[in-house]
Amino acid sequence: MIWMTLLLVVLVLAALWASMTTALLRAALGLALTSALLAVVMFSMGATLAAVMELSVCAGLISVVLVSVTSLTQRRPLKEALANRRSRLRRYWPLPLVLIAVGVALSFVHAPVEIALRVPAGDGDVRTVLWSLRQLDLFGQILILLAGVFGVLVLFRKEAKHDD
Amino acid sequence: MSHLLLLVPFLAVVVLNLLPKRARGAALWVSFGVLGLEAAAAFVERFSSIDSSAFTWLESVFGFRLAADHLSGLAMLCAGIVGMVALLVARRTLKDAGEKFFFANLVLVALVGINGIAMVRDLFSLYVFVEVTAIATFILITASRSGAASRGEQVFEGAWKYIILSVVASVLMLTSIGFFLLSAGDITFDAVKTALGAPGSLTWVAMALFLCGLFVKGGLVPFHGWLADAYTAAPAPVSVFMAGIVTKASGIFALLRIVSSTMGSALPGREILLVVGALTIVVGAFLALGQSNMKRMLAYSSVSQMGYIVLALGGDLNLGILAAGLHFFNHAISKSQLFANAAAIEEQLGTLNMDEMGGIGARMPVTAGTTAVATLSIAGLPPLAGFWSKLLIVLALWNAKEYGFAAVAILASLVTLAYFLSLQRRVFFGKTHPKWAHVKEAAPGLLVPVVALALITIALGVGFPFALRVLLGGGA
Repeated sequence: MIWMTLLLVVLVLAALWASMTTALLRAALGLALTSALLAVVMFSMGATLAAVMELSVCAGLISVVLVSVTSLTQRRPLKEALANRRSRLRRYWPLPLVLIAVGVALSFVHAPVEIALRVPAGDGDVRTVLWSLRQLDLFGQILILLAGVFGVLVLFRKEAKHDD
Repeated sequence: MSHLLLLVPFLAVVVLNLLPKRARGAALWVSFGVLGLEAAAAFVERFSSIDSSAFTWLESVFGFRLAADHLSGLAMLCAGIVGMVALLVARRTLKDAGEKFFFANLVLVALVGINGIAMVRDLFSLYVFVEVTAIATFILITASRSGAASRGEQVFEGAWKYIILSVVASVLMLTSIGFFLLSAGDITFDAVKTALGAPGSLTWVAMALFLCGLFVKGGLVPFHGWLADAYTAAPAPVSVFMAGIVTKASGIFALLRIVSSTMGSALPGREILLVVGALTIVVGAFLALGQSNMKRMLAYSSVSQMGYIVLALGGDLNLGILAAGLHFFNHAISKSQLFANAAAIEEQLGTLNMDEMGGIGARMPVTAGTTAVATLSIAGLPPLAGFWSKLLIVLALWNAKEYGFAAVAILASLVTLAYFLSLQRRVFFGKTHPKWAHVKEAAPGLLVPVVALALITIALGVGFPFALRVLLGGGA
């Protein structure tokens, strides 16, 4: 229990770091760390396949894509970056406190319903759910990836034209 | 056949990207052809009977669970018509061949998303296809800066606001789906309907979260902040596509589907819809009244008109769904036409600031005439199409004994008429300013789609009983 609590606290801190830092590379690393910790939580809850997917896709593949894209960007001048960081901290410093306060408050609330997930139709295996029961959603995911590819092509094509 | 409505646009995207570079100029026309087929498919009644005969093999290959009904047909018809208009506007206003190519591809990706929204039968699939549409649209907004070189930062700001609020909506919808899994154990529309009928507050919390997500996607008050920026910043053909179908499908049509398939006339849901609908109508109308930028006025007008659709859903269930469906169609046609007209004006004048215009009607009579048809229809003047849908909305509210909300709907129509008359006066009426003496009518490439849309608006109004039977099968 103590380990799980510690893990969740570190997970929240990593997520906050990912969203608060002004450096793209650090944000990507923060996201990778968050995903890796989430995968550990999933492992410990017995969702092995979900954990493997989280680790391989979110912590692995997406981090590689983000770091690669970051390497194509230009560094902001230090002075400007520091000013931007100060401005962000001034505006958003209460957010982590609000998040923690909400989390603590929610931990005292007892859900009015019995929280027990029913197993979806079929044999409950993630592979069956993914490849047989949720085929349509998988098709949707392919389309989202396709749209993402177009996004990269469009934006980098534009950057290349600007560089010319 | 419903499977084909997802697979054909997807395969078209694949084929377009396999074409050699010199053949990519055909992308707009290939996309136009697919959208034409889509509009034609909407008229094919009883998709399911066709499924069982000629296309059974598709069901065995793809285990999709899709179901198309008259409401789906309506969304597909809108998507087909509006998409074709957007492509014609893109052909004229996008100058770069690469931009045209990407536009054609992304419209097809968004089309698959819209078709998915129209035909799915569970909340998670609905969420997935709403996301497909949102991401394709986000890239469409950023994809082009044609027509206004100075618009760069504004484009990214509009796109950024759109995607950030879209993500907020996604979080709300995913949380809702989690709650439904906890309380109902399943997320098919049938299971959600059963769960909403049983006592328990968690299902209604889940439904409220899902509705909030759709309100954000649809740009309803108080989540309307992104819409005007995104519509105004987007290139002309993207504005036509977004205002005509994207926002409506991913927010409003999804709402229409949820109400018709899961909520029924359950009271808590109805009250939410009535309040949000009325608020959206009034706030949108008054915001439109104070605008000087033509596209911004049209954007806020869209907010207001989407409020009418939501208000209708809070009225008498069957009549409300019928009225909402009809207003969905009418508004998609008229608003995409008005954005196409705005594109024509921007191309000729180089500005959309209405304070700088005046007397343009004498120089651009076709644009002025078609704008008048669309604005009067949206304001609800007989015998145009908008009159009938607004009449049905008021009747749906009256039947549900919601007299106060019916009065709001009628009075807000007067505000609609006021801001559209202001638009006509500032842009088209009066003496032509010497600055615009050289202005000519828009090119035929832009006039053909707007004239066609204006004719649809007139024909739908004059032949209302026949049109109602064709569009909605005589009733919801």
